[in-house]
Formats: sequence, C-alpha cells, structure tokens
Amino acid sequence: MTQETTMPLWKQDGAKPFIQIKNVTKKFGEFTAVDNVSLDIYENELFCLLGGSGSGKSTLLRILAGFEDLTSGQVLIDGVDMANIEPWNRPINMMFQSYALFPHMSVAKNIAFGLKRDNVPKKEIEQRVAEMLSMMQIEAFADRKPDQLSGGQRQRVALARSLIKRPKLLLLDEPLGALDKKLREETQFELVNIQDKLGVTFVVVTHDQEEAMTLATRIGVMGNGIITQVDEPRDVYEYPSSRFVAEFVGSINLFEGRIYEDEVEHVKIKSKEAGCNFFVNHGISCAPNQKVTVAVRPEKMKVTRRKPDQEYNCLHGQIIDIAYMGNLSIFRVKLKSGVIVRVTLPNLVRENRNPLTWDDFVYLAWDDDSSVVLTS
Amino acid sequence: MTRNSKFLSISSLFGFIFLYAPILSLIIYSFNKSKLVTVWGGWSVKWYAELFNNQQIIDAAIVSLKVAFITATLSVILGVLAGYVLSRMGKFPGKLIVSGWISAPLIMPEVITGLSLLLLFVSLENLIGWPAGRGITTIIIAHTTFCMAYVAVIVQSRLSQMDDSLEEAAMDLGAKPHSLFFLITLPIISPAIISGWLLAFTMSLDDLVIASFVSGPGNSTLPMVIFSKIRLGVSPEVNALATIMILIVAIGVVAAMWQMRKKETTL
Repeated sequence: MTQETTMPLWKQDGAKPFIQIKNVTKKFGEFTAVDNVSLDIYENELFCLLGGSGSGKSTLLRILAGFEDLTSGQVLIDGVDMANIEPWNRPINMMFQSYALFPHMSVAKNIAFGLKRDNVPKKEIEQRVAEMLSMMQIEAFADRKPDQLSGGQRQRVALARSLIKRPKLLLLDEPLGALDKKLREETQFELVNIQDKLGVTFVVVTHDQEEAMTLATRIGVMGNGIITQVDEPRDVYEYPSSRFVAEFVGSINLFEGRIYEDEVEHVKIKSKEAGCNFFVNHGISCAPNQKVTVAVRPEKMKVTRRKPDQEYNCLHGQIIDIAYMGNLSIFRVKLKSGVIVRVTLPNLVRENRNPLTWDDFVYLAWDDDSSVVLTS
Repeated sequence: MTRNSKFLSISSLFGFIFLYAPILSLIIYSFNKSKLVTVWGGWSVKWYAELFNNQQIIDAAIVSLKVAFITATLSVILGVLAGYVLSRMGKFPGKLIVSGWISAPLIMPEVITGLSLLLLFVSLENLIGWPAGRGITTIIIAHTTFCMAYVAVIVQSRLSQMDDSLEEAAMDLGAKPHSLFFLITLPIISPAIISGWLLAFTMSLDDLVIASFVSGPGNSTLPMVIFSKIRLGVSPEVNALATIMILIVAIGVVAAMWQMRKKETTL
C-alpha cells in the first residue's frame, strides 16, 4: 500500500463520518452508563475507546453492536439509522473479550458460522474460510475444538470469525486483554496490519492506555459515561484537555497554582506546593488570578545535583524512592512542601560512576513548552 | 498423603458400608437357591428365570418403561423451556415466585402431589371427560409434573454458567433467535438435557407413591407390583427383580452424573 499523504478524514472539513453517535444516553435503572455522548468516527479509522471499568466504554460498544437499546439519542452507521435494526442484520461484527468461541464447533466451523447464516454457497464458504485460516496462520488448528487451543490461538480464531463476513465495521472488546505481555505486543502490530490490509473500520474498547496508544488513529477517553477528549494518541498524551485525561493516560505530576501574569504568548504561575514559579510559553484563555493545574510528565524533567540556570520551572527536593526498571529508572522526589514528584530517567549507560541515590538532593527542571496548563 | 488419610479412608469405608450393605445383601440373596428368603441354600439364577416367566411382572415392567420413557421426554421438553425462560428472561416482576413454583415439586411430599393430581384428574373427568379413567396417561402426566422440575433446575444452572456472549456472538454473526437457540444454546446445554432425561427416567421408574394414586386397574407399574408382592411376603423372585431395577437405576444415575461432569470440562 502506498503511504497516504492526504490529511486524515477527521481533520478534513465536510468529511462524512462513517459512524455518527448523536446525543446517546443509556440508563440502567437509575445508573447512567452512557451520558449524552456524541462522537463521529470515520472510515478506515482504528478508533480506541479508552477508559476504566465502569466508564461506559463497553456499553457504548454494545450499543453499536445492537445489544443494548438506547434510552435516548441516535446512532447512524454509513448514514443509516440503526434504531430498528436487529444485531443480526447490522453490517457490523464484534470480537468479544471472552472470544465467545462456540465450544461445540471446530475452529473451521466457528469461522464459517457467519457465512452459513447468510446462505453463502458451500464452495465459497470453504474457500473463504481457507483464506482466513491462512491469513491468521491457524490452518493447523482448523479441526480442533476451542478448548484445545492456547489463548493466542483462540484470539486469532475469534478475529478470523469476526472478519469472515467482511464487515464494514469491526468492534473489538479488549481484544488483547487475555494475552500475556509479549504476545500482546506482537498482536498489537498485527491488528494494525490487518486493519490496514482489509480497510475495515475498527472500534476498539480498552482500559490499557499503552494498547490504545499503539493501535489507535484516534483515542476517545471515557470516564463516568462521558467522552472527555477525542484526539490522536500523541495529542492525548502531550496535550491532555483535563485533569482526568492527564491522570488517566500515562503518569503525570500535577501542581496547583495561580496565574499571576497572563500575556498573549506566555503565562506565569505561582505555585506554593511546587515551591517555585512556572513559565508556560503559550497564552491561556482564563480569568485573571485563576486557579490552574500545571501538569508535567515524568520523562520531561531533567534531574541535576547542581542548580540549573533557570528562574522558572525548577523544583528542589530529596530522592525518597528509586525503582530500577531496566530501560529506565523511576525516582520519587519529595519537595519541601511534602508533594512527591515522579521522574523517569533513561538508563543510558550500564555503570554510572556517580549514580543518584536515596536521600540525594536534586533539582528537577523542564522547558517552557514541556508542561501543560489544565483549567478543568 | 495427608495426615488424616487413614481416618478419612476408614470413615468413608463406614459410610459406604452403611449405604450399600443392604443393597449388597439383596443382590446376594437374589442368587439364593432356597425358596426361603432368609435361608441360604447355595447359588442359583433360577429366580431370574422364574421372573421372566411371570407375565404380571413383565407387563408391569413394560408399563414402567413406557411411562418412564415418555415422562423423561416430556419433562425434557417442558423443563428446557422453563429453565430457558428463567435464566434468559432477565428480571421480570414475580420471577422469584415463578422460580419457586418450578422447584416446589422437588420438595412437595409425594403423597400430596399424588393426592392433588388424583383430585384434579377426577374433577377433570367429570368436567370435560378427559382423561377418561386412570391409566398410563395419568401416570405420565403425574410423573412429568415433578420430573420436569428437576430438568428445569439442571438446565437453568447449566444456562447460568454459559457465557452470555456466546449467544451474542451468534446473533452478531447473523443468527436469528430461533436458529441461535437450535445451533448454539441447545448443543451447549445438551449434556444437561441428557442428564436431565436420564434423571427423569430413573425417577419415574422409581416412583411408587404418586403412581399408586393416579394409576388405574390393569396399569400397575413395576414398583407397585413389587410392593403388592411384598405385602404377601418377600419372595426370592422379588429380590431378583429388585436387583435388575437397581442395575437399571444405577446405570441411569451414573450416566447422568457422567454427563454432568462432561459438561464441566467442556465449558
């Protein structure tokens, strides 16, 4: 495939969304699982719904599949209102978290199930199942029952079964949740390749932010039934729109502060708990003297023993904890105010002659453009 | 081996002796040559031969097997429907009462079940003329009422263990509700259905009390014949017959349990 140089659809004005979720609300009794969510997903996207348990992400997925009725709102897929379309008539397939392989059928029969329901001629079924088996590299297990397969093999069968009908939209509920870490990493890339090859729109639900980061074209961060931010993975990480997103995606240090100088191209913020002033090199639309939260990612900080030559964005504290992770080390630094800051440093050399160690006093500093100011 | 293994094996030995010594003695005495039940006169199979020449017993056995077979089949059909509704209908008002109703026959004293059914049959006959008299039909209906409860409970527990997403996956792949039931749900609960059938079969074969209430003249089941024979004194023939029944029931129960175990491994 040639590399697309055009702008992604979601950045183009007037591009027609493939899935339109309009003011969708779903209540279970008194509990609101999905709260007035509106979302557009475009063709060929690999969209990740990221959220913790109980965030409503799975409910939203089940709404798309047709397993849950709406309390209010509307879902359009390819311009068609899905309100009265039963799950078995939707141009959608789903891969379940538990894989939901039929235990009494062989792998090949599991995969063929969807085509048989559509009365596809037998010859064609055989041919398409064979193609799918070879694409997923599971030919060897075609005659086995699901309980004779490993977790990774089952995952492939589930994916094969959900793709065999060539759906326009594939829903994946925690597709990699049941795999171990190594396998998960390999499968992540494979999923992206398959999606690219088949040109199917994927909507993935996951609680694993790493998974969302590697898979997604865009991520929708969900919490308490609301989508708080929809952006490309990099933007979700670097420019979280709220405290909730900042804390949910990756780890981050947050400092409460008050704006004391607000210019068009920069703001200055005073923070008692940080024990220093912050300088942010972009303007913020906010009330004067407003309370804000400054967020800094642990890897954006430089750690030095000597005081760096900068007036702003420089903390001083004592190392209270070190975790050696192999590729990097995590330091927990306690500031004078008692606030604990998390810093990560890559382990660039094998043996450090003068390593930072417990109880060392250090300065933590970062650039003007490394922090994010959160107003909500 | 645990420290208690000796204690455990001795206590289980006692338990089994308590349970099976009477049955064992019955089986041994069924091979007794002597005509006196309590006097051992050497080994023989003559009572078995005698048994197969006794037309009354053979007729009763045919009635019992016929009743058991039809009862088990009807119980499975009704029990599966009831179990399916109870586990799939979600919460509906009065669900607790309905599930209580279904399992009530399990704990109802047989005398009461039998009596109430007899009253029902008699008044039905007076009202609409059906069932005309009491016989195999009424026994089957009576047995089905309590056997279907067992099937419903077994099926319901199997269904509640079943992953809901299996049915959703089938729907998602284009299966409409009826084909979903026959292609996915039914095969997956088939071990429960088979074990329910076997259980209903053996229980119907076993039943004396309810059958005594609702059977008519000339339609005695095997337990009824045995019971009436015993009232005239225990004959070695009855021992032979009882041994054969124990064998059939044991096969049924073991097969039912084996099916239940199988269901656990394939889940």
